[in-house]
Amino acid sequence: MGEIGFGGNILKDGNSVEFKTGSWKNKYPVHSKEKCKNCMFCVGYCPEDCIRHKDGILEGIDLDYCKGCGVCSKVCPFKAIEMKSKE
Amino acid sequence: MAIRERLSGNEAVATAMKQINPDTVAAYPITPSTEVPQYFSNFVANGDVTTEFIAVESEHSAMSACIGASAAGGRVMSATSSQGLAYMFEMLYVAAGMRLPITLICGNRALSAPLNIHNDHSDSMGVRDAGFIQLYCENNQEAYDNVIMAVKIAEKANLPVMVCYDGFITSHSVENIMLIETEDVKKFVGERKPTQYLLDDERNISMGPMDLQKYYFEHRKQLADAMRGAKDIIKEVSEEFYKLTGRKYDLYEKYGIDDAELGIIVLNSSAGTAKDAVDELRKSGVKAGLIKPRVFRPLPYSELPDELKNLKALAIMDKCDSVNGYAAPLFTEITSAMYSKGLKVPTINYIYGLGGVDVKVDDIVSVYKKLNEIAKNGSVEKTTYYLGYDN
Amino acid sequence: MAYNLKDVVAKESRFTSGHRMCAGCGAPPAVRNILRALKPEDNAVISCATGCLEVSSCIYPYTSWKNVSFIHTAFECASATLSGAEKTYNALKRAGKVKKTTKFIAIGGDGGTLDIGLQSLSGAMERGHDITYVCYDNGAYMNTGTQRSSSTPHFADTTTSPAGKVLPGKTQKRKDLTEIMVKHNLPYVAQTALFGNLSDIYTKAEKAIYTEGPTFIAAFSPCPRGWGYPSEDLAEIEKLAVMTCFWPLYEVENGVYKINFKPAKKLPVTEFIKTQKRFKHMFKPGNEWMIDELQKEIDDKWNYLLMMEEITNKKED
Repeated sequence: MGEIGFGGNILKDGNSVEFKTGSWKNKYPVHSKEKCKNCMFCVGYCPEDCIRHKDGILEGIDLDYCKGCGVCSKVCPFKAIEMKSKE
Repeated sequence: MAIRERLSGNEAVATAMKQINPDTVAAYPITPSTEVPQYFSNFVANGDVTTEFIAVESEHSAMSACIGASAAGGRVMSATSSQGLAYMFEMLYVAAGMRLPITLICGNRALSAPLNIHNDHSDSMGVRDAGFIQLYCENNQEAYDNVIMAVKIAEKANLPVMVCYDGFITSHSVENIMLIETEDVKKFVGERKPTQYLLDDERNISMGPMDLQKYYFEHRKQLADAMRGAKDIIKEVSEEFYKLTGRKYDLYEKYGIDDAELGIIVLNSSAGTAKDAVDELRKSGVKAGLIKPRVFRPLPYSELPDELKNLKALAIMDKCDSVNGYAAPLFTEITSAMYSKGLKVPTINYIYGLGGVDVKVDDIVSVYKKLNEIAKNGSVEKTTYYLGYDN
Repeated sequence: MAYNLKDVVAKESRFTSGHRMCAGCGAPPAVRNILRALKPEDNAVISCATGCLEVSSCIYPYTSWKNVSFIHTAFECASATLSGAEKTYNALKRAGKVKKTTKFIAIGGDGGTLDIGLQSLSGAMERGHDITYVCYDNGAYMNTGTQRSSSTPHFADTTTSPAGKVLPGKTQKRKDLTEIMVKHNLPYVAQTALFGNLSDIYTKAEKAIYTEGPTFIAAFSPCPRGWGYPSEDLAEIEKLAVMTCFWPLYEVENGVYKINFKPAKKLPVTEFIKTQKRFKHMFKPGNEWMIDELQKEIDDKWNYLLMMEEITNKKED
């Protein structure tokens, strides 16, 4: 946790990544690399900022944080993301 | 070398602020403290200070802006009174809870309703639990001195400090005053060196989070511990101030109390009036004495009772009322401290001067007369008196 | 240089994962894309009003705010708090204690901005602080459970303006804060949404943040829970709001109006309201007048914008 701030100060910026929200979902996205055109729409619209990409190539969806909202699957112009309900 | 001057309370405080040259001042006008931001605006406009002055649109925003400024890392001051302080209520708790060393000047004034622009202590007493250190001043000299000390106390304790002096009686009356050379003031207050602040180029931080049970309780206890620890810090800073100016400040001032039989505890300008009453009574052989608390937050609960043990009768005078069907804050808090120390002195509460009613020497003499009766029959049949109504 | 979504999303995000906003909430992508307009080398101070975004993004000991400093103090004073920080930045920079260029951004929901925070906002804007205020407008007090605010649409069903037998949901028209901000004579005011390739929200954020002086952005922020639509339909809801002119995309630069998107075929408001439970009662037989009235209000505002765009762009001939 590092140095404790007084007065409730949090001294490590962006440390909420230590808190995984993935357990919230009851549906999960499946990304198809074949259909994907790396247009990054899903990345822009994802409320959780958990769609990973590198050098303009979409890598996949980090299910540790994905809450299963389905926004990426609906916004994708190429239907490259499909929502599956948890088995 | 000190500077001999003649200034009103507001002028003295504004001068202290000029010499301190804080980074930011956010203030809103309200009688009787208006003149402080007013004088200060002249210093800003004429380049006497480099302070960023924000003429906010309300006192709630004044304290909010001060919080943002202090959180950003600046040395921050403001001034208000009465309704303005009441409007800041929510933000005073936030400033203290975020441990921000803001110096807030309070020209004490009655609270509505009905509306009254004159002096009493209902405003600062009304926010006594917000977490601000509270220093009370009898006159212009003490107001000037306490403001300079407040800046240092706040930054050592990481707590906001409120410096209170009586509206009109002190704020608008011109008195002789000894000022400190500006470079000595600057040396005394030094530079603010924040460790956790928004504008730290090395590290971004988040302030004012939501805190759930486990952490909230702990943070609030840290705040309470900081208030307890502030007593030593106040003494330390006052000691340094004494070396610089030769003017001694402690948690409270004792005036003839050591060998007194009849004692009064009273704040701010009425203490001056009460001292004259003590002198007069002493001449006629009455063993009268008084204590004037300078520090009300943190309450000097362990020191005060020891000063009172030889008294035959004690009156604690409140220039405000708690409207609790019993008694006012100074009385209830000090008698509770006495109780904790097992001290049983016949003690009564005088509520006086509300809304600026004049308090003259013979009013105070009448209190001592009541104390004399109590001392004689060794008992208190009534606890709370309203001065001028039911002596 | 031309807008490119790939470059934009390649910039490091300043609002990270792990926040507790509801699944599908419109606020995080809006705020994240606005903050992406910050130059990578610039620092920023974010001042948040109490609200969904604040209580979900900064819960001790975690904060989702990255490469920015964040402060929350209370509900009604995000602007005042930021005013203090912004002025202190000038003082500390002058004293050589702060070197980084730092931008100042206040963020609040519609309740925190149009209602309880309006005075503090107006004060900060009028004083001319070099700040940007972003209102994520989700049309009610969502953090406390969808109570009506002045930004709740006319007739919408909320928990404090329920669609009852006698009262048909919110009985007042929506307060138009964007226009109130225009009347503060700000150098830049904009109304935006997540639309298409997100160029609208990004370019407006860039203009607002990097225009000197007080600027204001109203960002549309759909709320699946409070409005009653499936969480995956975020992009569709935003699009319908724009296509029906329920939420026009426009900007006002020093008083000069510019509508950024004019739908080729302006859809009737029913296309937007039929997708959400909060408007369900308006489709009951006998309530047609509500739809007509809402349509009229939307058309009035749209025509006003067309008129203002024409007038304020007229060259002195």
